Amino acid sequence: MWKYVVKRFFLMIPTLLGVAVLIFVLMRIVPGDIVELRLAGDTGSVSEELLKSERARFGLDQPLWKQFGTWMWGVVRFDFGTSMWTGASIGEEIRLRFALSLQLAIMATAVGVAIAIPLGVASALKQDSWIDYVARIVSIAGIATPSFWLGILMILVLLVVFRWVPPMVYTPFWVNPWQNLVQLIWPALAVGYRLSAVVTRMTRSAMLEVLREDYIRTARAKGLVETLILKRHAIKNAMLPVLTVTGIEFAFLMGGLVVTEQVFNLNGLGLLFVQAVAHRDYTLTQALVLLVASVFIIVNFFMDIMYGWLDPRIRYR
Amino acid sequence: MAINVPFDAVEIAAADKARSGWWGGVLDFARRRPLGAAGGAVVVFLILVALTANVIAPYNPVRVDFGAMLTRPNAAHWLGTDAFGRDVLTRLIYGSRTALLVGFVAAMVGSTLGAVLGVGSAYFGGRIDLYLQRFMDIFIAFPLIILALAIVAILGNTIPNVITAITIPMIPRCALVIRSSALSIREMPYVDAARAAGFSNARIILRHMLPNVMAPYLIMLTAFLGQAILLESSLSFLGLGVQEPTAAWGLMLRGAAVDFAESAPWMAVFPGLAISLAVFAFNLFGDSLRDALDPKLRTL
Repeated sequence: MWKYVVKRFFLMIPTLLGVAVLIFVLMRIVPGDIVELRLAGDTGSVSEELLKSERARFGLDQPLWKQFGTWMWGVVRFDFGTSMWTGASIGEEIRLRFALSLQLAIMATAVGVAIAIPLGVASALKQDSWIDYVARIVSIAGIATPSFWLGILMILVLLVVFRWVPPMVYTPFWVNPWQNLVQLIWPALAVGYRLSAVVTRMTRSAMLEVLREDYIRTARAKGLVETLILKRHAIKNAMLPVLTVTGIEFAFLMGGLVVTEQVFNLNGLGLLFVQAVAHRDYTLTQALVLLVASVFIIVNFFMDIMYGWLDPRIRYR
Repeated sequence: MAINVPFDAVEIAAADKARSGWWGGVLDFARRRPLGAAGGAVVVFLILVALTANVIAPYNPVRVDFGAMLTRPNAAHWLGTDAFGRDVLTRLIYGSRTALLVGFVAAMVGSTLGAVLGVGSAYFGGRIDLYLQRFMDIFIAFPLIILALAIVAILGNTIPNVITAITIPMIPRCALVIRSSALSIREMPYVDAARAAGFSNARIILRHMLPNVMAPYLIMLTAFLGQAILLESSLSFLGLGVQEPTAAWGLMLRGAAVDFAESAPWMAVFPGLAISLAVFAFNLFGDSLRDALDPKLRTL
């Protein structure tokens, strides 16, 4: 087992490196160069000297391999350089917002799973009944509804019904846990609904598959109580694909957060990313894209390990 | 006749064939999968609305009328007007053009390129397959919207660039699914036969393998259609997609729609409904298509 974990761990490195190369190349295939594009975008024309000094400031006058090397060496030491827009340290900008986005992602996943698993299981147990139809329509609608629109509607309803306005300032959990939760529960619900839709569908189809297995029939034949069949045999086995899809959705939550943070005016990584893109802040965009992809790859690594640990049938190679 | 076929069977087969034309297939699908057919009907409706937008829209979508700012829904403006006095219904109708244009082009190009890459990867196998897979893995490590946003950041946000930004992240996702179907097709005797007959690789891929991955291809295509529309509206909502004054659903939800949400909720409600309805319809149709063509395939 440990051999597999170590091997799987080191296998992440080429993918991470590939991701870094891809972003680096993407940011440099811009027609012209990024300094020119950014400065010319504001004023229309720029002096050659300003361009030169800006290029030197961001090390863009160096050969490509050297630029990449410098960037990578910085990344390894968690030094992502400085933002092209504000000049602030990127590591610091990210550090300030990471906790908020992570908390929101965890809350949204918790909300989503709490809705999805009972709904998915019920839907599979009572296939083609009204509850199944409701669950299926609710979950297809969840995938179709943009989370930012759901957010807008929530704010609207809270405003009209409860006269509640989302606070402008974010309260960290350790300052006032209650206020923090009240503030984040709505965006968590908006994002969590989509996640629950995906997880409900997976739970339903996994349960339907498992319920047709021989061992379920055996358990029934030996007269086991239905709740025990469900708890011990069906749900346990159906949870594996559900776990995978939850992990993937969790890792992809950064994407869901990009728009939702905008709606709820939360200063998290998503908002930072949108601002970076809007200001054509290439160094910051580059760092954030790398961060999001790394989170995905690392979450995937843990999913793989957990999968093997939960299902002894899976052999480690 | 060497094989003795009962007359009835021949007749039934002939009758089946007469009914199994294109229209017969549509009717059959509608009878067996009413939900999917309802989705398909909404899709057809949206296409018609988009095509005839300039005829059916009551107003000019970009004309600013400060005399009619933020009007409530009434007989003249069924769904009210926005902060510039533009008719919301008109902009919804024109917005369907943007949504469907971006959706169809991105989904078609994305899944077609993905299919070619997937089939090619499976056909050649070995090193090429391995390297292509690793390359795709790297792309898949980015959430759709993050990669799309990064591409918009690089290219700038005109409609063609927005389409490109949505298409690129879809290619590897489609390639992955098509590859797994193509792997089994590669082992089919007819592919061996084609190779033995000395056909070129391109011909075998295009003429012999691609037609046989049609089912997963169509499924991915319809799944991507909904996703592309959702992605375009998200980008436009963030101000990084389609630009004013072009009518786009996501764009209609931006800015004034949020600021005036309480006094003019029609601005925030209807465009979102349009997005949800369109994506819902495409997904419903795609789901049923998947169930009909390949129930084992799981898509989101």
